[in-house]
Amino acid sequence: MEKRLRVDPVACAGHGACAELLPELITLDEWGYPIVADQPVPHGLQREARRAVAGCPALALALARVA
Amino acid sequence: MTDSLTLQHLPMAAGNPPSGLPGLGLPRLLPGSGTVPVDLRAHLAEHGPLRPAGGRNGLLHEVAAAGLTGRGGAAFPVARKLAAAAQARPAPVVAGNGAEGEPASSKDRSLLWISPHLVLDGLQLAAVAAGSRSAVLYVPRSERLHGRLAGAIAERAAAGMDAASVELVTAPDRFLAGEESALVSRLAGGPALPAYRPVRGLPRLAPGRTALVQNVETLAHLALIARYGATWFREAGTEAEPGTMLTTPHLADGRISVTEVPLGASVAGLLGLDGIQGPAEAGTAGPWVPSAFGPVQAVLVGGYHGAWLPAAAAAALPLANAALRPLGAAVGAGVLAALPADRCGLAETARVARYLALESAGQCGPCFNGLPRIAAAVAHLAGPRPDPRARADLERWAGLVAGRGACHHPDGSVRFIRSALRVFAAEAGLHEQGRCSGTDPRPFLPVPTGSPATEEDWT
Amino acid sequence: MTGITSSTALWYASRATGVVTLLLLTTVVLLGILVNRQGRLPGLPGFAVTGLHRNISLLAVVFLAIHVVTAIVDPYVTIGLAAAVLPFASAYKPFWLGLGAISLDLVAALILTSLARARMSRRAWRSIHWLGYAAWPLAVLHSIGSSADARSGLTLGVLVACVLATATALAWRLSRAAREIPRAGRAAAALNRMSARKAGL
Repeated sequence: MEKRLRVDPVACAGHGACAELLPELITLDEWGYPIVADQPVPHGLQREARRAVAGCPALALALARVA
Repeated sequence: MTDSLTLQHLPMAAGNPPSGLPGLGLPRLLPGSGTVPVDLRAHLAEHGPLRPAGGRNGLLHEVAAAGLTGRGGAAFPVARKLAAAAQARPAPVVAGNGAEGEPASSKDRSLLWISPHLVLDGLQLAAVAAGSRSAVLYVPRSERLHGRLAGAIAERAAAGMDAASVELVTAPDRFLAGEESALVSRLAGGPALPAYRPVRGLPRLAPGRTALVQNVETLAHLALIARYGATWFREAGTEAEPGTMLTTPHLADGRISVTEVPLGASVAGLLGLDGIQGPAEAGTAGPWVPSAFGPVQAVLVGGYHGAWLPAAAAAALPLANAALRPLGAAVGAGVLAALPADRCGLAETARVARYLALESAGQCGPCFNGLPRIAAAVAHLAGPRPDPRARADLERWAGLVAGRGACHHPDGSVRFIRSALRVFAAEAGLHEQGRCSGTDPRPFLPVPTGSPATEEDWT
Repeated sequence: MTGITSSTALWYASRATGVVTLLLLTTVVLLGILVNRQGRLPGLPGFAVTGLHRNISLLAVVFLAIHVVTAIVDPYVTIGLAAAVLPFASAYKPFWLGLGAISLDLVAALILTSLARARMSRRAWRSIHWLGYAAWPLAVLHSIGSSADARSGLTLGVLVACVLATATALAWRLSRAAREIPRAGRAAAALNRMSARKAGL
């Protein structure tokens, strides 16, 4: 049971907080929108990932359980 | 967009019979005479009343055996969707999708105009499968069509034919109006904007309520399968892709029609292509293929989210996903456009790319930022001596845009544009030298003018 | 110590924490506007604006609680427990305290919905959060009317500063919002910018 980060592209307004809080997995494209690494969130980064999810002002980032 | 609500049967080019299946009883969805709308009396005289034997389970079994897939472009197995709807609690609202946002396609509005009762029968069957008592028919903005359908619905209601009530809902004139989640947004009372759907399954209409959405052509096939059975349905088409489908061929002389063919029919037959290649003349973009309606350089398969194929390659193909997918194309909604040899393929692509960019819902950053830039780059490549960086920029943006929207608009648009860059590579080479093989500047593909600007344009 | 002296201490505590609460609420509103417009604080990363907005709002709740409790417990003025949340239920200056009670109710709604944000629809959360623009002016009016403090000296200065800062920030927010391209026009605007650039304009 792995966890993956998902961005709701409609809710996302390009605040960029997620990339600041989790640069290991999230970068911003040339327009300020997040590019999420296509890999499960490693255990060592799970707490940071939850902080990034909580830190999004638009609630656009989610941590999803993927079988 | 064709404004005609009539249809013409494509005269088959001499020597090109429909692919190898005589006596199939085509057409199925459209009356043999062609353009006269079928009223309720004629419909019942031709097909008899709708009395699905075996109730809901019998219907589901027959549809599964028939192997019917969605005719809206995605080709999703209908039996699976109906089964999911049958299990949903509460019963989903059933919606027939006739919005047809694709400007190059006319099949849905033609079907609704000519054979509304097949669609309405299918809608009732879908409601039976879903266990629902309410249905919606989502239709393009046309007073005439609306009037005709309202009349048909009222006639059936008066005859007590329909167990589920049918409401008519108008779709805005947008490319994305027929996107499944956009339809559902519209049904919920808002604008027809696609929604983010992280979980697959029936789309959510409201908290605790889902919707079963089927293309109107799919519903029409459903109405026939319920009467004549799965075996009959499979008499046409291929083993993997059974049945017939409505296509919208655009011939090289500019004529557009709606034609029903079995799946696996030859593309050459539909477009009147003669498989023999013409010589690559000096200054032309590449080899062209003669057709009964003029020489053809390339064929657009599927629609504006589809793919270009070189004419010679297309002429050898059957209209079936099994043959098209390996070449990066798909049957889609059945659009087949034969681009005449005297047009500039890049200019055509640029016009469509601009339209696709303007039709972005403007909700997702990568889409409303990337598609306009990509469209501008294609327009640049369609001009003389383009900046060499334009191509690299385009590729970068295409990579940034695909898969990062809520719906498939960016993905489909990128597929279309990338296929154009492949197929019209020789043309691009000419443009770099300041030349162009196009001698006819008239636009070929139908692209609506104007651009949406306000919320109202999406409602 | 006599009762009057301890009462005076409670009364002072209530007034002081009231002023601090108003200051903190003003800061929260300013930061909220900054978050909405994706603004930055110099020297701080972007996520800090959101973080400060949230943390300072919680700090404001703490001071608000002390402000209310000290006012109720203080025997010098009669303010029942109910008056903290029920508008106009106080015996002492019912109208002005009532405004404070409404403001508190709204702040409570904002805080509670924000803590439970993941459990509600985005639209519902946003609608309730807009009430912040009602909670703040009610707090200001409550401050002016509840005691003579705000009419002179340092407290008046603080009040004026809060009102000026918020008015400026609001004006800025509204002007930015008025110039923002609506969703339906975003792609067309981007396309026009591209064409203008290519034409060398």
